[in-house]
Amino acid sequence: MMMTARFLRLTGTSGLILLACLAAAAIYVPVANQFIPETSLFHVSTASVVVFGKYLCFAMLALSIDLVWGYCGILSLGHGAFFALGGYAMGMHLMREIGPRGVYGNPILPDFMVFLNWEELPWFWHGFDMFWFAMVMVLLVPGALAFVFGFLAFRSRVTGVYLSIITQAMTFALMLAFFRNEMGFGGNNGLTDFKDVLGFDLQADGTRIGLYLLSVLALALMFLICRGIVLSRLGKVLIAVRDAESRTRFIGYRVEHYKLFVFTVSAMMAGVAGALYVPQIGIINPGEFAPANSIEAVVWVAVGGRGTLVGAVIGGIGVNFGKSYFTGALPEIWLFALGGLFVVVTLFMPKGILGVLSQWRRKTAPAETAASTAPRTDEKAEERA
Amino acid sequence: MARSCFSILQRVTLVLVLATAFLGGPAQAQSDSPAELISRLAGADFRETERIVEALAATGDPAVAPVLEALGEGDLFYRRSDNAVFIARRGGAGYLLTDPLTGADAGEAGRREVTKVRVNNSLRRAVRSAIGTLTLQSPDPGVRMAAAEAVLKSRDPEAIGSLDAAIGREQNERVRTVMERARAAAVLNSDASDADKIAAAQTIAEKSDQEARAILMAASNGASAQLGEALAYAVRQVERDLAMWSAAQNVWYGLSLGSVLLLAAIGLAITFGVMGVINMAHGEMVMIGAYVTYVVQEIIRNHAPFLFDLSLLIALPLAFVTAGAVGMAIERGIIRFLYGRPLETLLATWGLSLILQQVVRSLFGPTNQEVGAPSWMSGAFELGGLTLTYGRVWIIVFALAVFAVLVLVLRHTSFGLQMRAVTQNRRMASSMGIRTNWTDALTFGLGSGIAGVAGVALSQIDNVSPNLGQSYIIDSFLVVVFGGVGNLWGTLVGALSLGVLNKFLEPYAGAVLGKILVLVFIILFIQKRPRGLFALKGRAVE
Repeated sequence: MMMTARFLRLTGTSGLILLACLAAAAIYVPVANQFIPETSLFHVSTASVVVFGKYLCFAMLALSIDLVWGYCGILSLGHGAFFALGGYAMGMHLMREIGPRGVYGNPILPDFMVFLNWEELPWFWHGFDMFWFAMVMVLLVPGALAFVFGFLAFRSRVTGVYLSIITQAMTFALMLAFFRNEMGFGGNNGLTDFKDVLGFDLQADGTRIGLYLLSVLALALMFLICRGIVLSRLGKVLIAVRDAESRTRFIGYRVEHYKLFVFTVSAMMAGVAGALYVPQIGIINPGEFAPANSIEAVVWVAVGGRGTLVGAVIGGIGVNFGKSYFTGALPEIWLFALGGLFVVVTLFMPKGILGVLSQWRRKTAPAETAASTAPRTDEKAEERA
Repeated sequence: MARSCFSILQRVTLVLVLATAFLGGPAQAQSDSPAELISRLAGADFRETERIVEALAATGDPAVAPVLEALGEGDLFYRRSDNAVFIARRGGAGYLLTDPLTGADAGEAGRREVTKVRVNNSLRRAVRSAIGTLTLQSPDPGVRMAAAEAVLKSRDPEAIGSLDAAIGREQNERVRTVMERARAAAVLNSDASDADKIAAAQTIAEKSDQEARAILMAASNGASAQLGEALAYAVRQVERDLAMWSAAQNVWYGLSLGSVLLLAAIGLAITFGVMGVINMAHGEMVMIGAYVTYVVQEIIRNHAPFLFDLSLLIALPLAFVTAGAVGMAIERGIIRFLYGRPLETLLATWGLSLILQQVVRSLFGPTNQEVGAPSWMSGAFELGGLTLTYGRVWIIVFALAVFAVLVLVLRHTSFGLQMRAVTQNRRMASSMGIRTNWTDALTFGLGSGIAGVAGVALSQIDNVSPNLGQSYIIDSFLVVVFGGVGNLWGTLVGALSLGVLNKFLEPYAGAVLGKILVLVFIILFIQKRPRGLFALKGRAVE
C-alpha cells in the first residue's frame, strides 16, 4: 500500500494514464502485428511498428528537452546534436557488427573507409565492436559534450536566448564537421547498411518488435526518472532557477551546478533516444545535426505543453504523427502546418495541449484533475495510425 | 648606377642588332625565300632541318609561323612524287593537304603518298625558339606578349638575341616589361657572366610572383658564391613581397566575406540588437529581397532589356519596401503579442520562417533562380599583386554605405531619436507623446527592409533559392552576439573581423574546418564575454 501510494505520487494522475497507455501500446502492437490477420482493420503492419518505434524515440527526445526547458528554463536548440551523437555511437557498433559482410568484404574496416582507401581503423572506432562499450559511449559522448559545453556556458552565465543561439551554433558546427569525410564517420552518407544487432537480424519482425518494446520501456523509464528528478528537492531548485535565477543564486544555491546536472542528464537521455532510433530507422547521417531538427523538437514540447513531461510525450508523438500524415497526403501543406503550429501554439496556447485541456476541464468539470484527458488524445493518435 | 650602365649597353647592343637586321635581312631573304626554304625540308636530315628552321626564323616573315608550328606538332608532310611540302591533317581516305604558306586547300593524298618531316626533341626545341623569335616581332601586341611569356616560361638562352632585337623595337610599355623579364630569365638560364646574371636577377625580382621565385630558385643551382648570394637576396625579397600580397589578398577575401556577413546581420542588429526581438525569420527577409531582385530582372528582361544594367538600382527600393512591409506585418500580427517573452518569439518567428519559405517555394518553385549581374559588376582588375572583382568591390562599398545610412538615421533623424527613446525607456517615451506601438512597427520594418536590401546584394553572390535565408541566419546571430547586442559599431567590427578570421584560417584548415573553428571560437568567446565585443554598460543593459 505504501509502495503503491509512493508510486502514484511519483507518476501523478496524468503520468499514470500515460504509463497505462504505454503498457497498452506495448501489448497491443506486437499482438496485432503477429496474431491479427492482415486483412483485419486492427492489424498493425511491421512498417507501422517501425514508425511507432520512431515516434517513441522522438517522444524521448521531447522528454529530455522538456526536462531542461520546462523545468529549468534552458532553451537548448542543440538537443538534436545529443540525439545524433547517441545515434552515431550506436551506428558505429552496428557498422562494426557488419564485419566481413560489407560490399568490400573487409572484416575490420566499414565499407566507406575501404572506399576512401583508409589503411586502418581510426583510434576512435576502437572498442565499438563490443556492445557494452558502445552502450557506455551512447551515454558518455553526449553527456561529456553537454558537461563541457554546459560547464563553460553556465559558469559564465550565458543565459536565455544567448544560450539558445550558441547551442544552435554547436549543432551547426557538428553538422559541418560530420559532413566531412576526413572525420571518419561516413561523411555525407553517414552510417547505414546495418545487418544485425547482437546477432538478431535487423530486418526480422521479431527484432523490430523487440526494439519497439525496448523503446516503450525506455520511454517509460525515462519518464519515471524525469518525474523523480522533478519531484525531488533538486527539482524544486530547478523550478526556482527557471522562475528567478538571480534570486535563487542570492539565496545561496550554486545555480550553475544544478543547471549543469540537469543539462547533462537530459543530453544522455537524448543520446539514448538516438541510439534506439538508429537501429529501427537503419541509417544515421549528418542531417540529424541540422539546427532545424532541434528547433522542431522544441516545438513538439511546446505543442504538448511545456513543463509537464506528459505533454512532451504527447507533443513528440502527436506532431510526428501529423508530420507523417501530411508529408504523405499533402506534402505542400506540411511546412505551412508546422510553421503555423509554431505561431499558433506560442500565441494562443502558451501551455500547449495539456494547458488548453486543463483550462477546458476546469470550466466544465471543476472536480476532475486538470490533465487527465490529455493522454487519451495520444492514444487516439496511435490507434489511428 | 650599374643599372643605367647596363641599359646603355643594352641599347648599344640593340642598335647593332637592328643594324644587322636591316642590312643583312633583305639580302638573305632574297637568296632564301620562305617558300624555297620550306621546299628543302623534304627529305632533310635532322641537322639540315634545324638549319632550315633557323633560316626560316631569320626571315621574320609571320607567314612562316604556322609552318613551324605544324613542324613542331608533326603535321608537316612532303609528297613523295614531287617533294612538295604540305601541312596535312588526317581526314578522308588519307590526309587533307593545305599549302604551308598560304593555307590554301591542296587536295587530298593517300596514306602512302606522303611522308612526315621527321622531328626529334632537340629539333622541337629549336622550332619552339624559332617560333618565339618570329612572334616576338609580330605586328599584333597580343602575339608579341604571348611570345614573350612563352620565352619567360621556357627560359631559353637562344632567345636572348631575338629578345634584344624585339625589346629595341617595342613601343608598348607592358609588352616591353614582359620582354625584359623574359630576357632576364633567359640570361639567368644561360652561361652569361655573373654581373649580367645579378642584373638579371634584379630585373626578375622587380615583379614578385611565384614565377619569379621559381626562376630565381632554378638559377641558384650551381651558381658561384657571389651570384648565389645575390640570388638568395632576390629570392628573399620576392618571398617577402609574396607573403605580403597573399596576406593582403586574404584580408581582401576576409573583408569581402565580412561585408556579406555585415549585410546579413545589420538588419538583425536593429531588430535583435536594438529592439531585443529574436527574429528567426530574418533570413527570410533577405530571401524576399533576393526574390524581388529576381522578379525585377525578369520583368526587365521581358519588357525593357535596355534597363538591365539598372535592374539592381530599381530592385533596391522595391526590396526595401517589400521586406519592410512584410516585417511590419509580422510585428503587428505576431511579435507585439510576445514582447518580453524572447523564447516564445524565437519559436514563433521560426515557424514564420518555415511558412515564408514554403510560400516562396510554392510561388517560384524549389530550384535556384537565375539572377544576372549587370555589366558594371562583372570583371576584375589588378591592384599590385591583388586580383579584385568588381562585384566584390561593389558589395563592400554597398555594405558600408548601408551601414553609414543606418547610423545616420539612428543618430540624426527624429525617427531615430524616437526609436532610441522607446528602446531605452518605453513608458517615459510614451508619456512624452511618442506613439510607441507605431515606433516598434517602424523599427521592425526598418530592420526587415535593410535585410531585404541585403538580399539584393546577396542575390549577386549566392544562389537565389527558398533556402537562401537559412544559410545566413546562424551567422548573422553570431555576428550580432559577437559584436555586442545593441551596438551597430560592434556589428561592423564583429562582421569584418569574423570574415577576416575565417579567411585566414581557411588556408591552414580548409573552408569547412575553418568555419567550424570560427564557430568554436565564438562559442568560447561568448563564454568569456557574454555580452559581446562592445558590451553596453550602465542601465541600458537590463
